[in-house]
Amino acid sequence: MSILNVSNLGVQFRTNDGMVNAVNGLTFELNQGQTLGIVGESGSGKSQSVLAMMGLLAKNGTASGEALFHGQNLLTMSPRELNRIRGDRISMIFQDPMTSLNPYLTVERQMTEVLELHKGMSRRTAKKRAIELLDAVRIPEAARRVNMYPHEFSGGMRQRVMIAMALLCEPEVLVADEPTTALDVTVQAQILSLLKDLQRDFGTAIIMITHDLGVVAGLCDKVMVMYGGRVMEHADADHIFYRPTHPYTIGLLGALPHLEANDDELTSIPGNPPNLAHMPKGCPFAERCTHARAGCADTIPPLVAIDGGALRACHIPVAELTVDNKEAAHV
Amino acid sequence: MWSYTLRRVLVTIPTVWAVTTVCYLLLHITPGGPFDGERKVSAAVLANLQAKYHLDMPLWQQYLYYMKSLLQGDLGASFRYADWSVNELVAHALPVSLTIGGSSLIISLVLGVVLGIVAALRQNSPIDYLVMLISNMGSAFPSFIIGPVLVLVFSILLKWLPSGGWDDFAVSYMVLPVALLTFINVSTIGRVMRGSLIEIMNSNFIRTARAKGLPMRTIVFRHALKPALMPVVTLLAPLAISSITSAVVTESIFSLPGLGKLIVNGAANRDYTLVLGLVVLVTFMTVLFNLLVDLAYALLDPKIRY
Amino acid sequence: MFKKKQAAAAATLENVLNQPVVQGRSPWRDARIRFMRNKAAVVSLVILVLITLACVFGPMLLPHTYDSTDWDAISLAPTLQNWHWFGTDDLGRDLLVRTLIGGRISLMVGALATIAAVIIGVIWGATAGFMGGKIDNLMMRMVDMMYAVPYLLIAILMVTLLGREFYLVVLTITILSWMDMSRVVRGQTLSIRSKEYIEAAHAIGVSTPTIIRRHIVPNLLGIVVIYTTVTVPGVILTESVLSFLGLGVQEPMTSWGVLIGDGTKTMESQPWMMLFPAALLSLTLYCTNYIGDGLRDALDPKDR
Repeated sequence: MSILNVSNLGVQFRTNDGMVNAVNGLTFELNQGQTLGIVGESGSGKSQSVLAMMGLLAKNGTASGEALFHGQNLLTMSPRELNRIRGDRISMIFQDPMTSLNPYLTVERQMTEVLELHKGMSRRTAKKRAIELLDAVRIPEAARRVNMYPHEFSGGMRQRVMIAMALLCEPEVLVADEPTTALDVTVQAQILSLLKDLQRDFGTAIIMITHDLGVVAGLCDKVMVMYGGRVMEHADADHIFYRPTHPYTIGLLGALPHLEANDDELTSIPGNPPNLAHMPKGCPFAERCTHARAGCADTIPPLVAIDGGALRACHIPVAELTVDNKEAAHV
Repeated sequence: MWSYTLRRVLVTIPTVWAVTTVCYLLLHITPGGPFDGERKVSAAVLANLQAKYHLDMPLWQQYLYYMKSLLQGDLGASFRYADWSVNELVAHALPVSLTIGGSSLIISLVLGVVLGIVAALRQNSPIDYLVMLISNMGSAFPSFIIGPVLVLVFSILLKWLPSGGWDDFAVSYMVLPVALLTFINVSTIGRVMRGSLIEIMNSNFIRTARAKGLPMRTIVFRHALKPALMPVVTLLAPLAISSITSAVVTESIFSLPGLGKLIVNGAANRDYTLVLGLVVLVTFMTVLFNLLVDLAYALLDPKIRY
Repeated sequence: MFKKKQAAAAATLENVLNQPVVQGRSPWRDARIRFMRNKAAVVSLVILVLITLACVFGPMLLPHTYDSTDWDAISLAPTLQNWHWFGTDDLGRDLLVRTLIGGRISLMVGALATIAAVIIGVIWGATAGFMGGKIDNLMMRMVDMMYAVPYLLIAILMVTLLGREFYLVVLTITILSWMDMSRVVRGQTLSIRSKEYIEAAHAIGVSTPTIIRRHIVPNLLGIVVIYTTVTVPGVILTESVLSFLGLGVQEPMTSWGVLIGDGTKTMESQPWMMLFPAALLSLTLYCTNYIGDGLRDALDPKDR
């Protein structure tokens, strides 16, 4: 059952250099309990698209298109209506746990206020529930630590607090914006397995935003690859990893370091991401694409379905991208 | 906390001592005694006067004598106002300065914080422009220009209020000086409050609060206000101190019998003990304010625990 | 194995070299362009230059002198006749000339005290920052102590003791104005000293004087320029306060503060005596503030 239907979502920013399109024509749907990964480099528009859905864009940003949550458009709602959904039925975890918690309020206050607001609980009941959730995200001595301030927690522990806070109301959708980027590798793995367990227990659908394909591989059912504010490829995770059909996806996979590969050289995609203020006329990736040909730089390739239900936006026919994907399969 | 406080108090002692000593030496080393400019006094009278103020002793003895009485809270006798000790002069002047400075500080805190909040939340609204205008004017029009203009408008043209003077804490004499100091203070507090609240409202943890679905009211008052107030708290020490020093200007504009008037008169009359006593007193108050504000800051910020 | 690595490195290098070169611009040229775009700052600069020129050359061109009495024109209201544009005071002295002469003193005190304060502050702060450790600690302790001193009272004390000669007023204000600069310079020196590019320069064998000349001085320059412009209005203001209280330069010499102070005494009957110098002083402060803001935005675009 689909709970979130996004169609043709766009995000624009008014800047000193004129209007900048950060996201164009984003379309996807999210089913109950499903995990969607949104992958891309910084500036690909992956974070801005979810911030737009949550009504959290910076002041100079505007969103267009539609984001239907159970048929209601999140983008056109009054702040009041949106506030009834945010934190209750859709909640969010942010990238930087060090600055995303209020340093002046105890963890208890920051957690209980959510339950007081959305569930009408008394502060005492809310505190009990908060401790339960802190237990659930495996914070030791939760009952004692709930009264502490954020700075008394380590980075990984703070991200656990963020996750517990996001899950308080058992939301239908959890948006995780690079939840592990700022953390140590070992802690990353813990947080990811925690998210997996919680998804199993709570049945939450997750939108996982990341630039790390390793994170996607372990967690996601569907993957959307974004570049320059557009979707390049959108398919099942297996499809993306074993049969990628877009040059950018192939490049990303090639750039992953492999333990097994006996290779000292780190492959990279040549060139830099495009400047959002001066986007090329055609395919945003054309400049860096090794397969680019005449026409790629002039017209934007549409996102079309190919066999097996995968979507891709590329002028080059799949058959011509005969790339040896054995390496990619190592992921 | 207590050990921190104690340590801070101990650190202030050398500061006050150093300022006192340097000023004391400056006063006594520079040529020209306090009785020089006088009409000719006979040698005998001069000797008497010098004996009375211990000027006949060697400098180090005078210094020790002064420091000893200072420790007992005695600022010595005034050279000029015969029969008056500096303590008595201060006792008369201090309440005036404290009333004017204190009430303006309280009013401008409330006004500045409220205006700053409204300006930050409603950017480009009339209130926002008002705050920007006041803070712009505050930095370009010094108190000794705004003060006379206030007098010109409200006493001379409109004849609503007295142009200066003091009548035993009568409110009408306090309105203009308090208004002047308040204007100057609000120009700083309002700008700082506006800037810090705007910055906080753009911070990550406010984004988290918005993502939780909290209404604007809760976000501002529970989440944003306290962190936004911290820079205003740090501002309190310099503001309180500048209320004392700007008293020098205000009190001479409105001829108020406060500390500022006392020090200007003391300076004009070369009344050494009076000027020195006031410098020591104000230094002590400065150090004390700084200490109090630091402690308040430590209490308010959960990240600081001593 | 090694060969392979080398080849890989060469390939990467080639990759880098093949990328389109991003056009570099000198940061100072960049800053000038940004400053020129800031209309308020440019207009302020023009006004300030005009005021300065008027104060320097105006008195030479006008028919009156600052201390001569015009017996036919005592306490004259502003008029276009006989060049008494700002009126005269109760001794019949022309206020236009007196205001310009007063401006000369105010601006000169401002410039001299600022230069002196900047020199002291930069040397003090840079020394503390370079030396580090105990010396740094001691030097900054002294600065902290200076901050605890009620500066206006000390200024009053010093002017009373030392006298009210022009250079003594400059000296007094200098002594009270250098601390901000020293703190900022020390902080900046400390942070530059620990930057990776300094370590890198050391590592590849660049000599210390060259490092100072090429890396540290240019990086200090921006912040010194910004804080200099912040110091100017403060210094002018201190001079005006002292003069206003009757503790600045002495009659018949004058400055804006003296004129405003005198003007307030006769405000009821001759408000122009106060208003003209007050307007010029405010305009000057306003302009220096805007120039300071413009320079800060131009030189340090991150910090807005």
